[in-house]
Amino acid sequence: MEVTLNWYLTLAAVLFVIGVMGVLLRRNVIVILMSVELMLNAVNLTLVAFSQSMADPAGQILVFFVMSVAAAEAAVGLAIVIAIFRSRLTIDVTDINLFRY
Amino acid sequence: MLGPILFFVFAVAAIAGALGMLIARNPVTSALWLILTMFSVAGLYLTMNASFISVVQVLVYAGAIMVLFIFVIMLLNLAELPKPEKMDWRRGIAFVLGVGVLAQLAYVVSAALDVLPSPAALEAAGQNGSAANLAKELFTRYAMPLEVIGVLLLVATVGAVMIAKRRFV
Repeated sequence: MEVTLNWYLTLAAVLFVIGVMGVLLRRNVIVILMSVELMLNAVNLTLVAFSQSMADPAGQILVFFVMSVAAAEAAVGLAIVIAIFRSRLTIDVTDINLFRY
Repeated sequence: MLGPILFFVFAVAAIAGALGMLIARNPVTSALWLILTMFSVAGLYLTMNASFISVVQVLVYAGAIMVLFIFVIMLLNLAELPKPEKMDWRRGIAFVLGVGVLAQLAYVVSAALDVLPSPAALEAAGQNGSAANLAKELFTRYAMPLEVIGVLLLVATVGAVMIAKRRFV
């Protein structure tokens, strides 16, 4: 039995869908941000699998950039969460309706 | 014969961590489960001989980003556990949507089974993921994106400080 590319792709798909479920199901903003990180991780797994299977380092360079963007996104997103928590005293997405009216 | 065993151990740990993050009620527990997933994905990178990306995964995700998350959870000081989330029609729709995405991805993967390149190359790509090889690409061909990503990180740092500092909302 050999570890093939498809196994990695399937695992990445499952992880991505768990991340989607987290974004759709959970109401805590911090957990939603964590789910976004999980989705980015799943995509990174796909990129590295393709990169290694095609012997092309460009995919891993792209993973490097995705990680940088993920770090920036986490920093800004958590700063926004802190700002909203200061004024609203909640991080429940159903209670945060700044743009509704 | 070690390859499949390592893959399954890491894959099961990654999925268990992700599910734990999804199910756990306390955000801190969620974060700890997600750290398990991050480490498992780093191990999966190692099984693909992508050593540099594996180390960066542990450093950036498990080291920096998750510490940031836990720090913010601590900063917000959520004293009580959140209320149990009641079932309503939105959750049903969300579940159906998630299953739909999974079906699409599974279809794409299974439809491409014979199009994909031969899997034996996974092992043969040994030197491909080394730090020296990636650095050569990163600082020659991809030097410009590297500079741009540096500016992006600077802007994100300044923006995060600005947003979190004063009354923004």
